[in-house]
Amino acid sequence: MKFSVTVILKKDVLDPQGKVVQNTLMNLGMDNLKSIRQGKFFEIEIDEKNQDIAQQKVDEMCKKLLVNLIIEEYKISKI
Amino acid sequence: MKSSVIVFPGSNCDRDIADALVKMQFKNQMVWHKETNLPKSDLIVIPGGFSYGDYLRSGAIAGKSLIIDEVIRAANAGCLVLGICNGFQILTETGLLQGTLLRNKHLKFINKDINIKVMNNKTKFTSKYKINQILKINIAHNEGNYFTNSKHLEEIKKENLIAFQYCDEKGNINNDSNPNGSMENIAGIFNSKKNILGMMPHPERMIDKLISNTDGVNLFSSLLN
Amino acid sequence: MMRINSKIIEKHGLNEEEYKNIQKLLNRNPNLLELGIFSAMWNEHCSYKSSKIHLKKLPTKGKQVIQGPGENAGVIDIGDDDAIVFKIESHNHPSYIEPYQGAATGVGGILRDVFTMGARPIALLNSIHFGSPSHHKTKSLLNGVVSGIGGYGNCIGIPTVAGETKFNATYNENILVNAMAVGHAKKNKIFYSKAKGINKSVVYVGSKTGRDGIHGASMASAEFDENSEEKKPTVQVGDPFTEKLLLEACLELMRDDSIIAIQDMGAAGLTSSSVEMASKGSLGIELELDKVPCREENMTPYEMMLSESQERMLIILEDGKEDHARKIFKKWDLDFVVIGKTTNSKNITLKYNNKIEGEIPIEALSSKAPIYERKWTKKPISKNQIDLKKLKKIEIEDSLIKILSSPNHSNKNWITNQYDQMVMCDTAQRSGSDAAIIRIHNKDKAIAVSVDSSANYCKSFPISGGKQIVCENWRNIISVGAKPLAITNCLNFGNPENSQIMGEFAECLQGISEACKFLDYPVVSGNVSFYNGTNKKNIYPTPVIGGVGLIQNLSNPINHLFKKDNSIIILVGKTFGHLGQSCFIKENYSINEGNPPEVNLKNERENGENVLSLIQKNLVLSAHDVSSGGLLVSLSEMSIASNLGVKIQKPKKLTNINEYFFGEDQSRYLLEISADHLTRVEKNLKENNIFYELIGKTQKKYFEIEDEMKLDVNYLSKINNQWYYNY
Repeated sequence: MKFSVTVILKKDVLDPQGKVVQNTLMNLGMDNLKSIRQGKFFEIEIDEKNQDIAQQKVDEMCKKLLVNLIIEEYKISKI
Repeated sequence: MKSSVIVFPGSNCDRDIADALVKMQFKNQMVWHKETNLPKSDLIVIPGGFSYGDYLRSGAIAGKSLIIDEVIRAANAGCLVLGICNGFQILTETGLLQGTLLRNKHLKFINKDINIKVMNNKTKFTSKYKINQILKINIAHNEGNYFTNSKHLEEIKKENLIAFQYCDEKGNINNDSNPNGSMENIAGIFNSKKNILGMMPHPERMIDKLISNTDGVNLFSSLLN
Repeated sequence: MMRINSKIIEKHGLNEEEYKNIQKLLNRNPNLLELGIFSAMWNEHCSYKSSKIHLKKLPTKGKQVIQGPGENAGVIDIGDDDAIVFKIESHNHPSYIEPYQGAATGVGGILRDVFTMGARPIALLNSIHFGSPSHHKTKSLLNGVVSGIGGYGNCIGIPTVAGETKFNATYNENILVNAMAVGHAKKNKIFYSKAKGINKSVVYVGSKTGRDGIHGASMASAEFDENSEEKKPTVQVGDPFTEKLLLEACLELMRDDSIIAIQDMGAAGLTSSSVEMASKGSLGIELELDKVPCREENMTPYEMMLSESQERMLIILEDGKEDHARKIFKKWDLDFVVIGKTTNSKNITLKYNNKIEGEIPIEALSSKAPIYERKWTKKPISKNQIDLKKLKKIEIEDSLIKILSSPNHSNKNWITNQYDQMVMCDTAQRSGSDAAIIRIHNKDKAIAVSVDSSANYCKSFPISGGKQIVCENWRNIISVGAKPLAITNCLNFGNPENSQIMGEFAECLQGISEACKFLDYPVVSGNVSFYNGTNKKNIYPTPVIGGVGLIQNLSNPINHLFKKDNSIIILVGKTFGHLGQSCFIKENYSINEGNPPEVNLKNERENGENVLSLIQKNLVLSAHDVSSGGLLVSLSEMSIASNLGVKIQKPKKLTNINEYFFGEDQSRYLLEISADHLTRVEKNLKENNIFYELIGKTQKKYFEIEDEMKLDVNYLSKINNQWYYNY
């Protein structure tokens, strides 16, 4: 079973990279751009038939390692 | 000889390289990245540092700045271009040099003096060095792990476009003497016309005995020749 | 509007009495915004309420001092028109929560303190203390802190040139991250935070304001806001790229006379910066908060005033300079907004949408802030004497190997290779020697810098400990041939409401003060960090000293690397064999009792001055101070660094060889002297009544004590270099 995990800085946390990328794109003429936030993406394959259990495992991976819960939040989706 | 140092927001070796050029008798000027006109120069230097904080990919955003079109034009017309560290990364982002610089194999920033070997001294950048001369020179980077496709690699090997390779004190080029995981221990490369050099080590840090050594001096004196 | 209740007061870190005091000063109840401002200004960090009466005892003046404590950083005179601006500061708690960002923003904060004063930063140092290596959090904290320090310093392009890293279980739940920045300025171009004149523009520059690090705020707001989840305090994220722009923009504006006063927005951001500027100028200040550049939507005045977003500054401009200044900040892509003006009201007045949201007399926030003379108790001198005869015998070779391979004494290349030490091309001595040497750009002179601490010594007997760190720092500066000029200190202690902890603070300061006075080594800046510890377990008292010295002519920089074989090795200073609190008994026997070595300040000064004079006369090939680990460890450090061995004679007088080789007696230096200089050196030392011993010679390959041990230097080097890589 395959999942994707998107990790992104929490809403109120400063995202210096996103800010610079946004400014650059605007300078390149993308003037309807409203905002950009930068994050990380993981594709995770789990050897498990039960989706709930599999999803729980992925959640555990996020909490234990993939995500810095102090500044980041994450979203798990099945793919 | 006239040189121009391009300054991006976040460049931080711009003063160092400018000082080195002036010390070596270049007529140097600083060029701000928002300029659209490049003053007439014999040498353009893209300095080290963290242009735009190295955000997104190191060199990526500087590679889209206004002045870069002018640099590309000048380079294509044969002007000498030297990219050091972040400057090398920017040159690969603009396509003036092929390949890319990946994260160091140990995933850590490295600053230390390492050894490199001069692999081609028949260029305007290296003529004052002896072939196979071993230099002790400072590196300081997060992304210095040179990578390119196999076709290009064959080409640069065949056409002698590798400028420097990491080695040990005795000149051995192997895994142990590779500080960042670069393919073939590549520390610097030329373009096919050999008017552009990109290198990760910092020659401008090696021109003063009181601070380090003088192994970088001949790079500048070669250019003056 | 919400009512202030006791719970809200408590969450703002204020006690009942302090609240009553606020009511009295205002002659009414404060609103939440005003309470937040009081809480920020009256907390320990801004008010120094527990430490002030003790700090006053430190010597802060001297011929070399241009600006002592009380400004953003201290300033000293290094001759000609050159000044050095420097300060150390802690970022302990944030680094424990989020090590990378905590350490990074610590570096960013201290850099702003230095360039706010008009100085270009030229060096960064750090003192970092972690818990036991076996503690489950230590490894990731170490990794995070080191990459955070490097991440910020490397990116902004200031070399990180020296530091110390220590491990001790006392920091298991509370690590220490102290960062020091050193800058160079022109003597007549120093910028201060004192506001002058009324109706002057108050300008906000730098990054936008977000909800970063709003402490009491968040919790209080949870009481009255349904959507409190969204308003949780957020960790400050460092943006070294923006700081680099801010640095260049500020220095560019500082070239002329546009600035009246400038202050960085550090802890308590907009609040403390505006209050401090007004307070120093005995003026009032009025801010229109709707003009503050915000990163998030719907930020309240409360949040704006208490936000600790990084990379921001407040500037008071001369009349008519706004456009000129705006142009510079626009060039560097930074926000520039006139958000207020100075007034003669002597109040801070906060407006939002043309309505006054809060108004407080500046005095109430500064000079009338509480000052406490907290109870403190003296530390008794330990009666426990170490009796070596009762301890298991350990071979000298085994002790040396044990110490050299221990986390606290292992080579720290793993750390320092992650810091750019060479950028700016003026680093004449990098990490690893007693002090780093930074040349003043385009000049012949240089400064030497070092940071030091000795928590074990300070814990066991704070007065001696306090004295000792100042002296060790002094010695480190001298060992690279520099004349020590002044220090900054970062005072990391536990809970000041505990009388024993307060005693440790008072007595460490007494020791620091005595040593500084005697050595003419004044304190020009610093920072106090209390409440280090958790669950009533306080950390060891850990004052950290950062010193700066001057090398008048850097033609021949000196370090601790042996230069050639067959040189004479001289030990300057007397060896008594003091093993209390030594590395020897800690590493071998895990004994923590005993008193630290006592410093004889007179010997310290005389030995130091004479060693310095020998170095200045070019009679010394290499020098190293003898500190933790004693004589043998110091010798081995010289050998390992240079790949040259030594042949040392056994002492003739002392009964116990371990006391001689591992004793941590103070005021000692090891000097390598060329044989043809020996007569002159001895003559010099004898004439000045300096005690010294000729202890042996350098030789190739072997680290040897005659008839006792003989080890290959490569082997010593190997065992000294492996710990970090295997951890």
